[in-house]
Amino acid sequence: MLANTTASVTEATTTASTGGPTTPSGHPQRSLFAGRARPGEAVIKLGLRLAATVAILTTIGIIIALLVPAIGFFREVPVFDFLFGDRWAPRFADASFGVIPLVTATLWTTAIALIVSVPLGLGAAILLSEYARPGVRKTLKPILELLAGVPTVVYGLFALQFIQATVFRDWLQLDTGAFSVLAAGLVMGIMIIPTVASISEDAMSAVPMSLRQGSFALGANRMQTSLRVVFPAALSGVMAAVVLGISRAVGETMIVAIAAGNQARIVGGPLEQGQTMTGFIANAALGDSRVGSLEYDTLYAVGLLLFAITLIVNFISIRLVRRFRQAY
Amino acid sequence: MRSLKDSVATAPTLPLSTGERPRERRLGPMMFLIVLWLSLLVAVVFLLTLIVNIVLEGGSRFGLQLFTEYPASSPDRAGARPAILGSIWVIGVTAVLTIPIGVAAAVHLEEFADKKHWFNRVIELNVQNLAAVPSIVYGLLALAFLTLIGVRDKNIVIGGALALSLLILPVIIIATREAIRAVPSEIRDGSLALGATKWQTTWRQVLPASVPGIATGSILALSRALGEAAPLLLLGALVFVSFDPNGLLSGFTTLPIQIFNWTGRPQEGFHELAAAASILLLGLLLLMNGLAIFIRNRYQKRW
Repeated sequence: MLANTTASVTEATTTASTGGPTTPSGHPQRSLFAGRARPGEAVIKLGLRLAATVAILTTIGIIIALLVPAIGFFREVPVFDFLFGDRWAPRFADASFGVIPLVTATLWTTAIALIVSVPLGLGAAILLSEYARPGVRKTLKPILELLAGVPTVVYGLFALQFIQATVFRDWLQLDTGAFSVLAAGLVMGIMIIPTVASISEDAMSAVPMSLRQGSFALGANRMQTSLRVVFPAALSGVMAAVVLGISRAVGETMIVAIAAGNQARIVGGPLEQGQTMTGFIANAALGDSRVGSLEYDTLYAVGLLLFAITLIVNFISIRLVRRFRQAY
Repeated sequence: MRSLKDSVATAPTLPLSTGERPRERRLGPMMFLIVLWLSLLVAVVFLLTLIVNIVLEGGSRFGLQLFTEYPASSPDRAGARPAILGSIWVIGVTAVLTIPIGVAAAVHLEEFADKKHWFNRVIELNVQNLAAVPSIVYGLLALAFLTLIGVRDKNIVIGGALALSLLILPVIIIATREAIRAVPSEIRDGSLALGATKWQTTWRQVLPASVPGIATGSILALSRALGEAAPLLLLGALVFVSFDPNGLLSGFTTLPIQIFNWTGRPQEGFHELAAAASILLLGLLLLMNGLAIFIRNRYQKRW
């Protein structure tokens, strides 16, 4: 059919002038399956293909947009000084561009977020996949997914005003300032729960029922079946969920920009404040940095590092998801 | 689980055949189940605390003034009118830009593309990866693009819509593909057997059947764009806007940016305003999520 339409495009003019194949005019008929030529459809198909190409153009656009200013940056600042320098002071008179302080803050918030989201997300996933009846699951899942729908600025506001100011300082009397990586990381962890839960649940639901039946037949209860049969069988999917959670945590901007702090110093403990990579980009954007200035290029150098980290993490996750899709 | 019960049901002498769900009898499994429920409970309690906290904090400022007034130096006179209108403008333009392209790309990948061809596999990998790129990177991209084409004032509606469109495009493509994939191939075969072309089949059978899925995915994607602030921050949307945005090239600020702005002020009154605007934003997003779930449950066919 497809081949016929493209092949008969050239015939379009002739068939149109004779009235097309549908009119019984006594002419010798063309093949019954040839169909009418449809040059319009060829245009539509081209349009669809172009739309799909936008995805590739975006990736190329991101890489070029980040690389060009970043190369300008690395012409002035050696790559080694950037990656391994431990002082980040781009706006000072004796400017220093060591990215380590930003990286430590990102590591802290990401680690705290994972400590929160991985156990809670996996718990929710096991409950939804192995225990909940379809009706219960149908109500619980949307509620859980609402957590991913709350805007990150609102999370940031909540982390700053309630978690940090009220809970940590007033109720628990912790020795901490106006900001902390702990408050930002905790709230970020809650935000990531649906990401971890829904991908792990998909992976666990994909485990064939026969495995569970075999386990039950051997006398195992549901806890043993969940932990020793379903969980190991779904491990690659669970890992993919965790890895995607890491990517979300590293790239999250507004929560850390509001609640983690804005001074770039090496973070030594969870109650300290710290500026993450994304926090720096957001804060620098508030200032007035001219295009082509070193300040502007710095933004893109940090952006490139951020993109590179999430790119690697994403590909690991995509790989892992493919593995569990293939397994069953 | 179900098939286990079914197989047992054929032997009516067994106690399991009463249809009761298995109960945890021992302490260990019981504790495990409690821990599972607790993990879900923590998440739900956190969400409720957040909502209650925001409502308590911002309730007193949540009134007509929020909708009608412009930002001001005193919290008693300030409102979020330009931010609300700005959000409507930016999300509207984003929807117009993204939904046709996203659906078209998904139709290409599902219905027309040769899945083994390297080009289509590259597109697929790209879409998967783009869905997980940090939102702020899209801001950097939009900033660089607008600089490249020589736009001086980058805080314009079309610029913000561009950044948000690229951000949610992969989300819409993935959701649409799933909706199209759920349409059974018998419908396509039937249409083709009646003499329809591939495109006629797609346009008249497959797409109408997948509208609920596409609508659900698009609404969720737009709700994500509505709550997003980071990419717009880079374009310089954190400005004092004291006029109504009125076109594609108009300056703008959005609700999330306004909340971020008020959160950063020292006066307590502005924090209350931030909470009040958060109530509005949360309400809108809950509404959109609810609508998406409603459409999914009400209209989605199960074949």
